[in-house]
Amino acid sequence: MRIESPKQLAAHAEAVQKKQKEQKQQVLICCGTGCLANGAREVADAFTEQIADKNLEVEVGLYTKETGCHGFCERGPLVVIQPSGILYAKVKASHVEKILETTVLGGEVIEGLLYKNPEDKSLIEKYADVPFYKHQKRIAMRNIGRIDPEDIDDAIAHGAYTGAARALGELSQEQVLDEIETSGLRGRGGAGFSTARKWKACAKAEGERKFVLCNGDEGDPGAFKDRSIMEGDPHAVLEGMLICAYAIGAHEGYVYVRHEYPLAVTNVTRAIEQAREAGLLGDDILGTGFSFDVKVARGGGAFVCGESSALMRSIEGNVGEPRQKYIHATDRGLYDLPTVLNNVESLSTVGQILAHGGAAYAELGTEKSKGTKAFSLVGKVKNTGLIELPMGTTLREIIYDIGGGILGDRPFKAVQTGGPSGGCVPESLLDLPVDYEQLTEAGSMMGSGGMIVMDDRTCMVDVARYFLSFLIEESCGKCLPCREGLKQLLAIYDDLVAGKGKEGDIERIETLSAAMKLGSLCDLGRSAPNPVLSTLRHFRAEYEAHVVDKACPAGICRELTIFDIDIETCDGCHACQIQCPTEAITGERKELHELDQDKCISCGVCYDVCPQGSIVYSPKPLGREAEHAHAND
Amino acid sequence: MDLDVSLLDPVLEQYEKGDASALIHALQDLQATYNYLPPEGIKAISDYLDVPMAKAYAAATFYKAFSLEPQGRTLIQVCKGTACHVRGAPLLEEELCRTLDIETGGTTEDQEYTVKTVNCVGACAMAPLVIIGEKYHGKAKATKITKLVNKGASSDED
Repeated sequence: MRIESPKQLAAHAEAVQKKQKEQKQQVLICCGTGCLANGAREVADAFTEQIADKNLEVEVGLYTKETGCHGFCERGPLVVIQPSGILYAKVKASHVEKILETTVLGGEVIEGLLYKNPEDKSLIEKYADVPFYKHQKRIAMRNIGRIDPEDIDDAIAHGAYTGAARALGELSQEQVLDEIETSGLRGRGGAGFSTARKWKACAKAEGERKFVLCNGDEGDPGAFKDRSIMEGDPHAVLEGMLICAYAIGAHEGYVYVRHEYPLAVTNVTRAIEQAREAGLLGDDILGTGFSFDVKVARGGGAFVCGESSALMRSIEGNVGEPRQKYIHATDRGLYDLPTVLNNVESLSTVGQILAHGGAAYAELGTEKSKGTKAFSLVGKVKNTGLIELPMGTTLREIIYDIGGGILGDRPFKAVQTGGPSGGCVPESLLDLPVDYEQLTEAGSMMGSGGMIVMDDRTCMVDVARYFLSFLIEESCGKCLPCREGLKQLLAIYDDLVAGKGKEGDIERIETLSAAMKLGSLCDLGRSAPNPVLSTLRHFRAEYEAHVVDKACPAGICRELTIFDIDIETCDGCHACQIQCPTEAITGERKELHELDQDKCISCGVCYDVCPQGSIVYSPKPLGREAEHAHAND
Repeated sequence: MDLDVSLLDPVLEQYEKGDASALIHALQDLQATYNYLPPEGIKAISDYLDVPMAKAYAAATFYKAFSLEPQGRTLIQVCKGTACHVRGAPLLEEELCRTLDIETGGTTEDQEYTVKTVNCVGACAMAPLVIIGEKYHGKAKATKITKLVNKGASSDED
């Protein structure tokens, strides 16, 4: 049905809400990529089937809803029963019958499926009480997990498009721009450029034809907030684009989605169709006379296409090579026409800013970084998943209060933020309030919001090398400093991890990095040395150990490490033997195990699984290397 | 191997003749249809969209989503995102290659498997991750994945 006016939108939202109230109970099944991988599809199907079999829709008013990502992927598949708010974690299809009988019909909780707080082993019943959720403040991700992303009516009932209705119905273009300025919103793709300034520049740019682009090319490894937003609440993104289009006077837009995010492509495409049918995209939107339409452009799997000018070249059907930035995209962007490019999270925030006013949004956050920010908290932390917090929350709160601390209670070593353009923040800076300025000062950056937690079993030289090998594949090759600089840096790192580091290597790394920062064409190359320089700055001793002592303190670099079994404490539990990929460990159960050094590849799996701490590692004695290589031939 | 050219028309028909901006989308559809980019297909797209062959090949070789070589029936992707890396992705890659006796990017002799790495699929909470066909295997362990592959393609649908 077509919605003809802002008033009608409000009436429609109310009508849907009323209908939803008749559904006395709802089972919300998380069907984000994470939970789907853990078997959420089977769980959802089992619910639908059994509810139909037992005719529960009619009898007790029970409905299912497949939602986007709740964020707590670690414990998936997640099921929430509404209105009671009970959260069940790690649900399997075989649990469905019991959930329906005991909880939905019987009103009782199944303890075995509740989330167990790793802190004190207590069982937590309600979604809202789980520490992972309790500390969060969700604005960009407000409706994810609450709505069915396939159903525009559900989104409207939860407030979608109210911000757009206010903008188009009540405000002038200037008023919208002012509202965004008041909010203090800055680019959530990571660079932190003022959204209002960008929009204003484009609004002023001359030209009849302008574009609004949404950057959904979330290439930073370790970040997945944009994926979850596009999958779980695509209408929030479309609403933001619509408001932007109105403010700058554009009538065409593209959502550029990564090739690696198939579900996001599907959900955004469907949302666009539904919004067109509802008169929220297309001609004469909400009867205001304003027209705007959106298409989906799929990426081809190239990290550099997250860079604005490369992204635009990619939409035009070209290879994604960036260009010099003295021409701003707001003047000459896509097809050389004025263009605004915003990140998914920025756009999904815009609707809320317009609905509740920029001032309310600006109350959250720090002096220069307003509002909230979404992060993906991953790596060696207990509670991994997606979170949204006010800017200024400290790293310690994020990692310990929300993340529940380090896996296996090992010592914290560093947290990596900002992807390949960011850096590693060490323990001494754990009380750092997270915002754009503070992270930059620490030698890292906000980036796409990926936070990868690392423990003492992470080698910082290896991490830097990892980012270099990532970037070397992704550098487009257009400019020399980036193309050749990365290659040379990687060659040095290959030596370091192989025990072939030479005196002067660290200085050479620093010189090359400085040249890349100065001379590269785009931000990919300019920020590429960040992981290198930040690890050098905070973990120089570890580099020196690799160069001088030919040792890897974390026991990760294989050429530098040997593992062995401590005969005093090994109780023969077999854990290492089962996991050893090369069958290097032998021994009967309950008897002392032995490790065959000739078969051992120093992967360290045994060390990580041993419950006794009976595996020890030490630097490989010099001279053993040749012998070992020979044995592997 | 003869190419079934009748599959090309449905790929092209979705786009406007001469619309150069559709190049990447058309190549994606071609890749989805044949599981790689056959030269005949690139030529057809180049003619239809009025894009020089050089530009079509530039795009075909620039973007990681495309392959110029035929791929195995089952694609195994090892995620190399940062979270997967620190949780042991390198070992997974190594073990898969060892088990299948191929290098990363290669295809087994029987054309059954191709092993590739992917730079983060955004399922970092379940790191490390291996995608076999369409199925995501989170918290993957080297020994378990190898067994899964050894059992053959049938286990993909479990």
